[in-house]
Amino acid sequence: MKTVIENSGAELATVAMRRANAGGRENILEHVPQGVSLLPNTSGARTAAEAVRIARLARELNCGLFVKVEVIADSKYLLPDNAETIKATELLVDEGFTVLPYMYPDLYAARALKAAGAAAIMPLGAPIGSNRGLLTRDFIRILVEEIDLPVIVDAGIGRPSEACEAMEIGCAAVMANTAIATAADVALMAKAFRAAIIAGRMAYLAGMGRQLTTGEASSPLTGFLES
Amino acid sequence: MRVNGEETKWTETVTLLRFLHMNGFEPKSVAVERNGVIVPQRDFAEISLKQDDVLEILRFVGGG
Repeated sequence: MKTVIENSGAELATVAMRRANAGGRENILEHVPQGVSLLPNTSGARTAAEAVRIARLARELNCGLFVKVEVIADSKYLLPDNAETIKATELLVDEGFTVLPYMYPDLYAARALKAAGAAAIMPLGAPIGSNRGLLTRDFIRILVEEIDLPVIVDAGIGRPSEACEAMEIGCAAVMANTAIATAADVALMAKAFRAAIIAGRMAYLAGMGRQLTTGEASSPLTGFLES
Repeated sequence: MRVNGEETKWTETVTLLRFLHMNGFEPKSVAVERNGVIVPQRDFAEISLKQDDVLEILRFVGGG
């Protein structure tokens, strides 16, 4: 896991909270490289109240005050509940957390999250673990355009090209797990993602060229050799 | 006593810290909720567990 995170160039790694096993000495934090910040998440929460409870417990482990609010009541599609996410964000921002909410890309919900004090918004590209890519690309574009917060695509990205596209759209970052974890060579896939994300960001900053419906010659239209 | 959803033997005068050590939990790596209230790590040695206590002992795992 450490090699994968290093290869990916990730600066943030998210971790969940679960019951500890008696006698189990495994500590996930040993697998997170130095210099990578921890982002505890509220995975398992089905309501705002549960998310707040999990965030407060995570805070006890002295890993900072970042929290990814994740409130999911449906186990088939794992889609986040925007309403509960907004409530949890308000409560946790009030307690001093830096909140990065995982959300369904809805413009009104994004505005409410910004108003609640979220530090970023994290819209999904496709259902968690699906590797289906940016199914919500048009709506992510709307959020990038309208919301003055970093937009981080979280969930659904399945390939480096999709991470690249998210960055080209103007997203601040992407979060991925399954795309790398289910690859045949996870260490190499992590490197691929890093390259793709850098490429996408540079393309965004470079300002991509226009698209035409017709063709436009790339070489001069004069000086042709007479036939 | 109930720990992580399972009935567990309670020993009189055991502190939470001692309980964690005895059962192979690493005190620095766990967050504990006792009867619905979070116990800060600095108070682990101060809490004497009671027979009808309900404990949740949690730690970080991968995934999100």
